[in-house]
Amino acid sequence: MPVSTTPQGAPLWQRRTTRAQWLQYAAWLLGISLFLLCWKVISDNTMWVFVEDAGRQGSDLISRMMPPRWEYASVLWKPMWDTLNIATLGTVLGIAMAFPVAFLAARNTTPHPLVRSLALTVIVSSRSINSLIWAMLLVTILGPGVLAGIIAIALRSIGFVGKLLYEAIEEIHPTPVEAISATGASRLQVMNYGVLPQVMPAFAGISVYRWDINIRESTVLGLVGAGGIGLQLNASINSLAWNQVSVIFVMIFATVLVSEWVSARVRHAII
Amino acid sequence: MLTLTGVGKRYPTGDRALTDIELSLPKGQVMALIGPSGAGKSTLIRCVNRLVEPTQGSIRLEDAELTTLSGNRLRQARRSMGMIFQEYALVDRLTVMENVLSGQLGYVGFWRSFLRRYPQEAVAEAFRLLERVGLPHAIDKRADALSGGQRQRVGIARALLQSPKLLLVDEPTASLDPKTSRQIMRLIRELCAERELAAIINIHDVALAKQFADRIVGLRAGEIVFDGKPCELTSEILTTIYGEEDWDTSPESAESDDVQTVGDTFTSQPYAAHTQRPLASVASGGAL
Repeated sequence: MPVSTTPQGAPLWQRRTTRAQWLQYAAWLLGISLFLLCWKVISDNTMWVFVEDAGRQGSDLISRMMPPRWEYASVLWKPMWDTLNIATLGTVLGIAMAFPVAFLAARNTTPHPLVRSLALTVIVSSRSINSLIWAMLLVTILGPGVLAGIIAIALRSIGFVGKLLYEAIEEIHPTPVEAISATGASRLQVMNYGVLPQVMPAFAGISVYRWDINIRESTVLGLVGAGGIGLQLNASINSLAWNQVSVIFVMIFATVLVSEWVSARVRHAII
Repeated sequence: MLTLTGVGKRYPTGDRALTDIELSLPKGQVMALIGPSGAGKSTLIRCVNRLVEPTQGSIRLEDAELTTLSGNRLRQARRSMGMIFQEYALVDRLTVMENVLSGQLGYVGFWRSFLRRYPQEAVAEAFRLLERVGLPHAIDKRADALSGGQRQRVGIARALLQSPKLLLVDEPTASLDPKTSRQIMRLIRELCAERELAAIINIHDVALAKQFADRIVGLRAGEIVFDGKPCELTSEILTTIYGEEDWDTSPESAESDDVQTVGDTFTSQPYAAHTQRPLASVASGGAL
């Protein structure tokens, strides 16, 4: 206890005991030493010759990107549309699967602890694999194309939406649920009347947020052949057509900006 | 009509919330359950509709044993017990009408309730009840747009739409101002008389309990220590229920008495016994 008494008998209070204070200093010292050590290791492994002309290389790359080949944009409308479709359909599919999983995973709505751990496993395995890796797997299974992209996005979204939604379900007020149970409602009715209205705003917000993320993720899925604008990006980089790459960058940037704006508006309207 | 015999509840943590409760409630009787916080009042009424599982004893509602029910039988039993809550326990994002109609959930199937297609008689009854509790204008409002007293009226209408035989009322006035509290208690009282409902009302306000109940039961540390008419509730009995306190409600003279008590408690504390207060020595420049 950080409370002690002076020889005069007056009580003294400190935030920490002397021992805890020294332990804290030691922890700081250890942390800073570790940071400096890591710094040294990284610096030893860096080839500084390459870093030294980074500025020159960078400006060279930018000069090759300029001016963008704007007429290339006409080729990009179709893949861009594919990208949007991958993101949107993937999100819808992911949400449809995540919704029941979240109810099975939440401590207060799960029918059985075993079911809960199963649902949590689904969520964790979906979350632990990046959508690019899902896409790689699916392209080998389903062949290249938009379908692989949609499913990759959906599989990755289950974990994200499922986790945030089940956390929202666990945080609801218990009293309305109690009150609905007390009327003699069945389990499903309790979910429908007691739980669902309370998580609706969170659910809408999470879904729109995930759609927003998926637009960005689906732009790179083409790198592994899962359709969308990433295919063109890959092709342009491989053929060193940097003035086309810059057009694609501008296009992706504009799309993300628009999706950001749309999701902000939707979220504002719902909540 | 409702009979509790030897009911006990022990929480998994080992805390004994109720011990050997014997209670019998005839039809149409309004009973107030009083007692200090943590005495087990909420646990007792939640044991009746099985929101809390009693660990001992039997609870019978009109010859039906409640403690062993499960599944559909439990749902049917719960329909006949309406519950009213301290914080109203309405679903904020649903409308007043939806909240009232949720009292019918024990009677309708899932899809009907999901699509909000309730039987016409239930809807007509909901309209009548909203009229009766004084909220005919608020039907389309969302529940979180109402004031505390109005919300409690919605809670009452929801409980009554169950066409219950028994009302379980948990601190109905604890979040309300004195005037609204009285109105709500009067409303519950009248409705019980109109429909011959029995009611158990948990309540902290002893004066309200005495005014609106036919019978008062005092609970202390999970045991019934008083069971009688409101007029039999004397200061001595209040002391057995709540512990030592001056129950006289006439104004106390603060001047002489209180200063005396403050001084007393001070001298009884160990470090105040030092002649010099710690900060006084700092103020006078002395070293600690």
